[in-house]
Amino acid sequence: MGNNLIKKILAKKLGHEVKVGEIIYIEPDLVMTHDHQGPMTIREFENIGADSLWNPDKVILVMDHRTPSQTLVAVENHQKLRKFARKYGVTKFFDVGEGVCHDLVAEKALVRPEMVYIATDSHTVTEGALGLFATGVGSSEMASIFATGKVWLKIPETIKVTLKGTLQKGVYGKDIALRLLEIIKTGGADYKVLEFGGAGIASVSAASRMSLCNMCLEMGAKTAIFPVDKVTVEYYKEKGVEVQELYPDEDGEYISEIIVDLDQLEPLIAFPFSPDNVRSVSQIGDEVYALNQSVIGTCTGARYEDLKVAAEILKGKQVRPGTRMLIVPATKDLMLRCTQEGIIETFLKAGAMVNVPCCGPCGGYGMAVLAEDESSITTGSRNFVARMGAPGAHIYLSNAATAAASAIEGKLTDPRKYLSDS
Amino acid sequence: MNKSLNGKAFKFGDDVDTGQIIPGKYVVLTDPNELASHVFEDVAPEFKGKVEMGDIIIAGKNFGTGSSREHAPKAIKFSGISAVIAKSFARIFYRNAINIGLFAITLPQVDEIKENDQITINLNEGKVINHTQGKEYKFDLPHKVMLDIFAEGGIIPFTKKELNLK
Repeated sequence: MGNNLIKKILAKKLGHEVKVGEIIYIEPDLVMTHDHQGPMTIREFENIGADSLWNPDKVILVMDHRTPSQTLVAVENHQKLRKFARKYGVTKFFDVGEGVCHDLVAEKALVRPEMVYIATDSHTVTEGALGLFATGVGSSEMASIFATGKVWLKIPETIKVTLKGTLQKGVYGKDIALRLLEIIKTGGADYKVLEFGGAGIASVSAASRMSLCNMCLEMGAKTAIFPVDKVTVEYYKEKGVEVQELYPDEDGEYISEIIVDLDQLEPLIAFPFSPDNVRSVSQIGDEVYALNQSVIGTCTGARYEDLKVAAEILKGKQVRPGTRMLIVPATKDLMLRCTQEGIIETFLKAGAMVNVPCCGPCGGYGMAVLAEDESSITTGSRNFVARMGAPGAHIYLSNAATAAASAIEGKLTDPRKYLSDS
Repeated sequence: MNKSLNGKAFKFGDDVDTGQIIPGKYVVLTDPNELASHVFEDVAPEFKGKVEMGDIIIAGKNFGTGSSREHAPKAIKFSGISAVIAKSFARIFYRNAINIGLFAITLPQVDEIKENDQITINLNEGKVINHTQGKEYKFDLPHKVMLDIFAEGGIIPFTKKELNLK
């Protein structure tokens, strides 16, 4: 039996074939921690007592969760991380305001196809969109990697997800993720890999792939991965980086296959309090789900394609009075581009607030917090109890187009009527 | 491993995420005792008044889903809990738990265990004993790579030993 993508990448890196279930020890090509898990990582690294990092060039530090400088404790944590970077020679350091870690490592082309990338964040799986092995660990394990340069991994089983057809108007990678959550359910892909393929992937942009791979974590997946196809090659080419295409063997090893027909896929919404509690916008019909807030931000819906479609919908329109709208672009470079293209102006004229790039609204970190009886739609990835504030608050997860259309109407809204057919 | 864990059962349902275990606003903290003082604050505020050293959490499926925050297993461990028995775990939580010395096992029969049942986990024999109900269950021990880490008290002491650091 041939290799699926993950086995192929790991076998190449180790120099020998690997078997599902086997334990391997491997040196990551890159590791990352941020201002949420970083302070604990530093504390544990100091507890180990090693006097240097195994390789400071392979370490990335990002200040993105409690930014910009939200509270005194947050600022002291940032200070700790800056000192740590100076002391141990970490130069891949992204300070307050640069953007969300999962977007930065891709935007700056730090992560590349075929790498092994380990970070202290559950949504590290995002980077699998670009054809690498990416997964999350906790702070103590990262402290151990900092000291030793190695991590153990069990070679996981892989589920093949075949996409057929073409993504339709108003439908994005986020909707593929929600459809899969509906099928697989939270925890339904525990310890497994979701590998994407099929003719349909050609219509799924790198940005959409990132949101999709990200949310495979909510299914319990160890990681998710796309082949390195023309879309990925083009993504890196625009950054002046040349990468080689990479596909699984034709007889690759899979435990099952799930087929998603993109032609039939509609914009979807996850209702409280679980990402797998999914309904399509057309299922909502005449029922009114009023919203106090709409958020476009986080690592699952604040990339260029998301902000561009939101601006298309909001252009010349107004956010409904009584609904507050917050837009947080994923990175500073993206925010600059959106400023130059008039996208930010469109948001402000529509009555939306625009914040500095950060993770904030995903977990109610210093912004977009909800009171007990409030409701919000968000492009975030989680709608758990108390995720964005009070335990009784309702969170609806959607793509950016749905969040923008819903802001205009102050209720859950099908975005397709606001989009032209072109 | 010649060790046993003993305590009374605290029951939790399915999909308890790390934000319910330790709310996001406390993730800026690093002191485990301080974290423990906020454990389950939003969803089970009575928990920390009732928990005693050695007690055991009994949970449904997908325990510890969500954020990778190690703060969650640390808040649980430093509240006095010695182990979590669940139908299934989110991957990173499970790894984190063992890495910080909180024992974690999966057991399909968790629904049979009731709140406050007296439980012993015998690591040597791979057995969960419910003294209150007079029942015993066999469980699969974590993989050797994890047991070795757990036996040292977690990945930090394990790594110290590996690198010959005091």
